[in-house]
Amino acid sequence: MIDAPVLSVKHLSVAFGRHVAVRDLSFDIHAGETLALVGESGSGKSATALSVLRLIEREGGRITEGAIRLGAQDPVDLAALSDREMQAFRGNRVSMIFQEPMTSLNPVMRIGEQLGEVLRRHQGLGTQAARVAARHALEQVRIPDPERRLRQYPHELSGGLRQRVMIAIALACRPDVLIADEPTTALDVTTQAEVLKLLKSLQAEIGMAVLFITHDMGVVAEVADRGVVLRHGRTEEVARVADLFAAPQSAYARDLMAATPKLGQSPLRPPVPQAEPVLRVSGLSKSFAQGGGILKPRTVTQAVRDVSFDILPGETLGLVGESGCGKSTLSRALMRLIEPDAGTVTLAGQEITGLDAAALRQARSNIQMVFQDPFASLNPRMTVRDLITEPAYLHSGIGPDARARLAGDLLEQVTLERDVADRYPHQFSGGQRQRLCIARALSVSPRVIVADEAVSALDVSTAARVTRLMQDIQDRLKIAFLFISHDIAVVERVSHRIAVMYRGEIVEIGPTDRVLRHPQHDYTRKLLAAVPNPVPRPMRAARRPEPVL
Amino acid sequence: MTVYILRTLLKMVLTLFVIITLVFFATRLTGSPLETFLGEGLTAEDRALLIEYFGLNGSIWEQYLRYLRGVVEGNFGLSFLERRPVAEIVAERVWPSLQLLLASLALTLCVAIPLGVLAAIYRANWIGSAIMALAFVGYAVPNFVIAIFMVLILAFSWNLLPVVGNATWAHFIMPTLAMSGVLIAALTRFTRNAMLDVLGQDFMRTARAKGLPETVVILKHGLRNAGVTVLSVLGLQIAGMAAAGNVVVEAIFSWPGIGELLVSAAITRDYPVLQFGVISVAMAVVVVNALTDIAYAYADPRIRLARG
Repeated sequence: MIDAPVLSVKHLSVAFGRHVAVRDLSFDIHAGETLALVGESGSGKSATALSVLRLIEREGGRITEGAIRLGAQDPVDLAALSDREMQAFRGNRVSMIFQEPMTSLNPVMRIGEQLGEVLRRHQGLGTQAARVAARHALEQVRIPDPERRLRQYPHELSGGLRQRVMIAIALACRPDVLIADEPTTALDVTTQAEVLKLLKSLQAEIGMAVLFITHDMGVVAEVADRGVVLRHGRTEEVARVADLFAAPQSAYARDLMAATPKLGQSPLRPPVPQAEPVLRVSGLSKSFAQGGGILKPRTVTQAVRDVSFDILPGETLGLVGESGCGKSTLSRALMRLIEPDAGTVTLAGQEITGLDAAALRQARSNIQMVFQDPFASLNPRMTVRDLITEPAYLHSGIGPDARARLAGDLLEQVTLERDVADRYPHQFSGGQRQRLCIARALSVSPRVIVADEAVSALDVSTAARVTRLMQDIQDRLKIAFLFISHDIAVVERVSHRIAVMYRGEIVEIGPTDRVLRHPQHDYTRKLLAAVPNPVPRPMRAARRPEPVL
Repeated sequence: MTVYILRTLLKMVLTLFVIITLVFFATRLTGSPLETFLGEGLTAEDRALLIEYFGLNGSIWEQYLRYLRGVVEGNFGLSFLERRPVAEIVAERVWPSLQLLLASLALTLCVAIPLGVLAAIYRANWIGSAIMALAFVGYAVPNFVIAIFMVLILAFSWNLLPVVGNATWAHFIMPTLAMSGVLIAALTRFTRNAMLDVLGQDFMRTARAKGLPETVVILKHGLRNAGVTVLSVLGLQIAGMAAAGNVVVEAIFSWPGIGELLVSAAITRDYPVLQFGVISVAMAVVVVNALTDIAYAYADPRIRLARG
């Protein structure tokens, strides 16, 4: 039976306590095929992945029903194995790579040992043979200078290299099935492109089946042959990727497609009328020094170098760049949350770079921030009323009645009910919390809002709603936004103009249309080329006949 | 690394200087050491002679400078009581103290680390609760209480073990147990917490996903990481044990170590001995701390590289 699937999941249900995380899920994957498991947070994707490896019990869940058959010939039901029996399969015939390359490797063990132990365990190699095999495994994932890497510790490698090491570990024993759980979500877009390319070519070499878990439709289009769309643990749709994108059958898949920002497909926002800029940054620089003790050499990192730009009232300037390029330092320096080394910032006609502490506090009511993590940036012990009116209270000392009124108005602005003011942050979802953060920023009627990766932690459909809300508020109140993000497709959707930042400098700035369609700088072109496009490559050859599900 | 060790040594010397100064002035806060020591029946000449002999003439600053010069030359003065160099007296006491310290340390490590790991793994059931309850009790009971109960039961009532001195291995049992009790309790709790932190880490899931058996996952991947944190407290614990723990225990069991020497020197007001004894203990603490720092840097590659 050549056409038998190498992994066949039948009627799988997974529960955490009484909560059912996955309900009656079935799918097959054939050798050499990639199946994407798509869904937003809480959809049960990761629970499914951990169930296949039978690590779900460790996370406090259990498989309540179903079979997980591995192997085209003489399939084994993994769901029925004991933990000891399962050990022979994990890392050997089924292996997994995880989302966080920074924390998924043991920090106090050398790369060589972490790779070697899997080879010694499953292939019975001796220390010497395992070392040779480990070097070979690093070569296979195209890591330069493998001999030196074997002796290094994880923290000496970049995120991209660490994820390559994880892939090397996972593929060391040439598994039948590789489970990739959001393997590129924590990586920069250019690194993501390299890792996806690597995975694809290794799949061609080894011929393993890949179960690829992601929330990113762009990545699905890049890597997958077929997709399973999950929502709240239920299967919404199973289809070939081309069909999924061309004609999604379920309502949820259609919504998901519509919410996914597609580079080059968002309607352009018309330019705002010329006016006096509300924020003018000129020649801003900031460097950080490290070390500098009695006997330690001092190293200086130039995080932001001579950055200049203007933002007009009611305009959104998108700031894109990869991690470490200086985006966040820039946003903090221009609010003087950290002191810039050089340059001036003029906010609503007032130069704030020279102000003393008291005057700066006053001026800051004109500029507010919304941060990435809506869970960490709201004090869990304060009511919503106190949280969102706190800046107004600090700036103008309004009384309790005025605070209650203001809270109600702000909640209406961000399309929440007035009467949620008495609740606490933990009673809200991620998207609602980010609305609360926006309400808090609005409480002092700022002229400028700096949104630092404000929607990066949200699901696509939630992110779409939050950015739409930001635009509504902007159109009504003529607030200027500095919208910082690593996700170019989101930036395209919200920005009038885009600035591209690379190694502390703005290498390109201009209207959205021009920067994205006619990029001038090499780096911009490289960045754009790396963005996964949520439009599948024209009709991949279907490697397998469509299995009956 | 060399630079790091040099810096640690420099810090050690500075710390010692501060300690010597503090001890010198603290012992003199109660007046001239000889006033209480020499008695009434001396003539003025004899008195002056003795004062000169013990280096107690001149202002307190002159004495301090003379003492410092002595320290640099390795001369810490004479015992009032025994009339021989204090360094000699203290040196005789080092080995018995060290023996007791090492025995207690070995016992602590052998008991506390396995218990801590077990308490972390079985945190949700009775094994974990039982270990933690024991640790709590052990932590709450001071070592002299344990010592006295052992003496009462094991030595007086049942006549099983000798109490005084360090002549045979049987003499080691009670002092070692008395000294380790609190340490075992503290280290068990600490190991458990460090291990709990590690158990929830992503790399532990990676280790399981590799198909490693649970014992390898826990001992090789888990304990190695928890060990780095445990090591940092362990150094402090040993230092504390060297400084304070053995004073009480040695006094109870008349163990011929530094702790017992300090107690008797304080009672007989033999200040040169007391001074040098305190300085030696402080030196031991500083050395242990420095060694811990260096060991910590070796155990955790992230620190090792950051410090060059």
